[in-house]
Amino acid sequence: MARRARGLNVVELSLADKAWRINWILVLLLASIAAIGVLMLYSAGGGSLQPWSQRHLVRFLAALFVMLAVSLVDIRLWLRLAYPAYALALVLLVAVETAGMVGMGAQRWLDLGLIQLQPSELMKIALVLALARYFHGLTSEETGRIVYVIPPTLMVLVPTALVMRQPDLGTAALMVLGGGAMFFVAGVRMWKFATVIAAGLAAMPVLWSTLRDYQRNRVLTFLDPERDPLGAGYHILQSKIALGSGGLFGKGLLEGTQSHLNFLPEKQTDFIFTMLAEEFGMVGCLILLGLYALTLMIAFAIALRSQSLFGRMLGMGVTIIFFLYVFINVAMVTGLIPVVGVPLPLVSYGGTAMLTVMIGMGLLMGVDIHRDMRLGRHGESVTS
Amino acid sequence: MAGKDEATRERLFTRRALILGGTQAALVSALVGRIYYLQVVESRRFHMLAEENRVSMRLLPPQRGRVLDRFGEAMAVNRQNYRVMLNAEQAPNAEAVLTALGEIVPIADVDRRRILREMRRRRSFVPVMVRDNLNWNEVTRVEVNAPDLPGVSIDVGQTRFYPHGAFASHLVGYVSAVAENELTGDPLLELPGFRTGKSGMEKVHDAPLRGRAGRSRVEVNALGRVVRELDRQEGVLGSEVSLTVDMGLQDFVTRRMGEESGAAVALDVHSGEVLALASVPAFDPNQFTAGITARDWEDLQRDERAPLSNKAVAGLYAPGSTFKPVVALAALAAGIATPETRVTCEGHMDLGDSRFHCWKKEGHGALGLHEAMTQSCDVFFYEMSRRVGIDRIAAMARALGMGERTGLDLPSERGGLIPTREWKLKTTGVPWQQGETLVSGIGQGNVLTTPLQLAVMTARIVNGGIAVKPRLTRELTGREGGFVPRQGEFEQIGLPAQHLERVMRAMDAVSNSPRGTAFKTRIEQPGMAMGGKTGTAQVRRITLSEREAGQIKPEDRPWKERDHALFIGFAPVAAPRYAVAVVVEHGISGARTAAPIARDILLETQRRDPSRPRTTPERVAETPRS
Repeated sequence: MARRARGLNVVELSLADKAWRINWILVLLLASIAAIGVLMLYSAGGGSLQPWSQRHLVRFLAALFVMLAVSLVDIRLWLRLAYPAYALALVLLVAVETAGMVGMGAQRWLDLGLIQLQPSELMKIALVLALARYFHGLTSEETGRIVYVIPPTLMVLVPTALVMRQPDLGTAALMVLGGGAMFFVAGVRMWKFATVIAAGLAAMPVLWSTLRDYQRNRVLTFLDPERDPLGAGYHILQSKIALGSGGLFGKGLLEGTQSHLNFLPEKQTDFIFTMLAEEFGMVGCLILLGLYALTLMIAFAIALRSQSLFGRMLGMGVTIIFFLYVFINVAMVTGLIPVVGVPLPLVSYGGTAMLTVMIGMGLLMGVDIHRDMRLGRHGESVTS
Repeated sequence: MAGKDEATRERLFTRRALILGGTQAALVSALVGRIYYLQVVESRRFHMLAEENRVSMRLLPPQRGRVLDRFGEAMAVNRQNYRVMLNAEQAPNAEAVLTALGEIVPIADVDRRRILREMRRRRSFVPVMVRDNLNWNEVTRVEVNAPDLPGVSIDVGQTRFYPHGAFASHLVGYVSAVAENELTGDPLLELPGFRTGKSGMEKVHDAPLRGRAGRSRVEVNALGRVVRELDRQEGVLGSEVSLTVDMGLQDFVTRRMGEESGAAVALDVHSGEVLALASVPAFDPNQFTAGITARDWEDLQRDERAPLSNKAVAGLYAPGSTFKPVVALAALAAGIATPETRVTCEGHMDLGDSRFHCWKKEGHGALGLHEAMTQSCDVFFYEMSRRVGIDRIAAMARALGMGERTGLDLPSERGGLIPTREWKLKTTGVPWQQGETLVSGIGQGNVLTTPLQLAVMTARIVNGGIAVKPRLTRELTGREGGFVPRQGEFEQIGLPAQHLERVMRAMDAVSNSPRGTAFKTRIEQPGMAMGGKTGTAQVRRITLSEREAGQIKPEDRPWKERDHALFIGFAPVAAPRYAVAVVVEHGISGARTAAPIARDILLETQRRDPSRPRTTPERVAETPRS
């Protein structure tokens, strides 16, 4: 194995070095997005900081510290912790199945006394970590072989199956699509994707039979919203009305009739984008989407710049998950895809989701900070 | 090798990441395209849908127009109706609140169940009515205790009130809840609590009385709760209806009829204006607006004296001897009765095998038309009828307003029956018998008239043969446009003045000559003397055996079998202005029962003189009321 010395290759970074390397533009972008969230939640509260806006702000500030802390942790530690974290998340997910308390019609919450935990959220991070760790440990030759594709496939499907049972269609979609994208960038052969997609289509009828009634309704209603304008189709229809009536410049803060007269469902969580669209119009939508796009571009650049495959995979995984959050949520409220419960990152009200996104972002920033660090198969630093 | 491998993988990663990035960019573009489509291309449509969601139209029920008498006295008005409402949203424990409220305002168990049921069914912010028609005392007690009664509020609605109650019920009618078959698609009719006219003037002029509904545009939330009012267009008050009736006289007439069952009508003989039209017994229309109880309704329907029926226009009676002026005019017109015509009454007249009796067993002896009318000799009129024939009598009766509806603006008027040969053949298939002509000639048999028709007939005789038509509506006024019914020139019937004069003189004598049947009830006040004609109509045929056995005293017969008492009259005799007709069901004798009532009505009518020209509105206000 040829080892070349490299002057720039820093083995150990001091805390000051790390702090110097923090991407403050990314932090600023995230803060801007969260600020829009604070503003919209102020509106959702009927022009009041209570009950959502203030708590959203406090949570963001707390999550910001978590993010920075995560980013400063040596990336090799994350590499070593990847599998244990995945195992822990899996255990928690199983625990939720058995002991979870029922909230919002689905078993998603685990009551740990002090905080209520949503293991499916943690699983998204753990899965990204674990997949990054796995592909990092393979040679490119191994990546091309089908035997080596089986373990990561199981790593994706097992938690997906558990999440589906809860049932949480949004998270399941996020994990399958995010996992698939990671396979793709890792270099898994194209024809294997074709096979998986074909198999997926073949499995549709089976999948359909396992769906709960309300999930089937959502899909059917998506395909034909007029099917039941007062029942299941109501939410999509009202969301589209709210969006469309916002026009180019919107109705103004607190002036959204659809939102404030309660025609819009769950305006503080999944449908907050609609509220933004109604009150600030297309201009408001483009500003928020623009902020997301900039964030994604920076994240993309970070992923590409990393010297280690783990870093690249981790960075890309976080980027994809972040993208999927935004895309699925906006596509859902605009009626492009069926209603699935996916929040808009940093804007929707919700603690665990915010924490997930910020931990993910922390890992991404960690990748950035430790971008020049070359890592061996098992997490040892390579100083060749 | 590792380095080369690393480099290959990095290139592959970068290539694939760029593909992924491109896909993401494409998907984001799709989102932007979608947003552009919704917010720019389809914006107008969605804006309208949002407005439809947000804005709701509420109807403001208009205030119903009043009904007034000819002098502006209120006959139907709107009264504020205080109601206790309970708002479920503010009363988490509705049962407890109802119990507490029950201490102040009695709530029946039935109502209690209804309230709780409605509260479950309706949305929580829609108040449920607990009780209405609270008196002032109850209102204040509820208000004072308001802090202890969460969710309870007092609300003011409008209900129809009829100040004269049963005294004008058959004229004014009443309003009640809209029936299923009345729905026309007008949303006003579907408003809870909306009332429509069901009889009398309330029914005839229902449309103008209703007025036009106002509209209030309100902003509502997804649950339908009103957030605020956007704008409001006030409704238009319903038109006011003024009647020709003098409520003071109507009051007097109704009281004078007392406990009898029957009807009385007073007309202005020149204009046809109905000054009073009473049918007794009557009902209290206020019972209907508040919602009549099943028991009260049953009582009203079961009463053998038919309080729900307006006997003045829908009661059909054989006119008896009050029909004689018609026969007299027919005989005069046919040239059969001349000033020289004399008929000898021996107490009966034989025709074929049948014997037709005069009311006076011993007979009146030889008499002419004047004496026959004065003493109401039946034999004279049997003879006249026989000679004139039924068809000419019927033609005269029709010309004088009988046998068909007079066209009075009241629902439920009936036309009565004036028989002819053709009618008999057509309805029974049996040819007319001459005996029937005789019976008809004294207003019995198949002849049926309403009290109103009798009054119209009298008016047409005494006003110089002008075919007046009776009417009740004087005028409609209001922002919806006033309307005065066509005063109309009435047609001349074409009866020679001397014929009318002879009949009138005979009717004068009925009351003012000592031999007249109504002499006892004459008006002695100077210038107010009345003329008229008594009538007693058999309710059942007197059988031969009864006649031979000697008449049972009528007072001893059951009420239902006693004869009807009738009287038609006019005053003053010198220049007639007013005509009345009185029918007292089973009143035994026209002279004894109906004539005194008619006399008092005519006297009171002349005293009040409702047809006097009205000068200024100030004078109207000063008009004394009894």
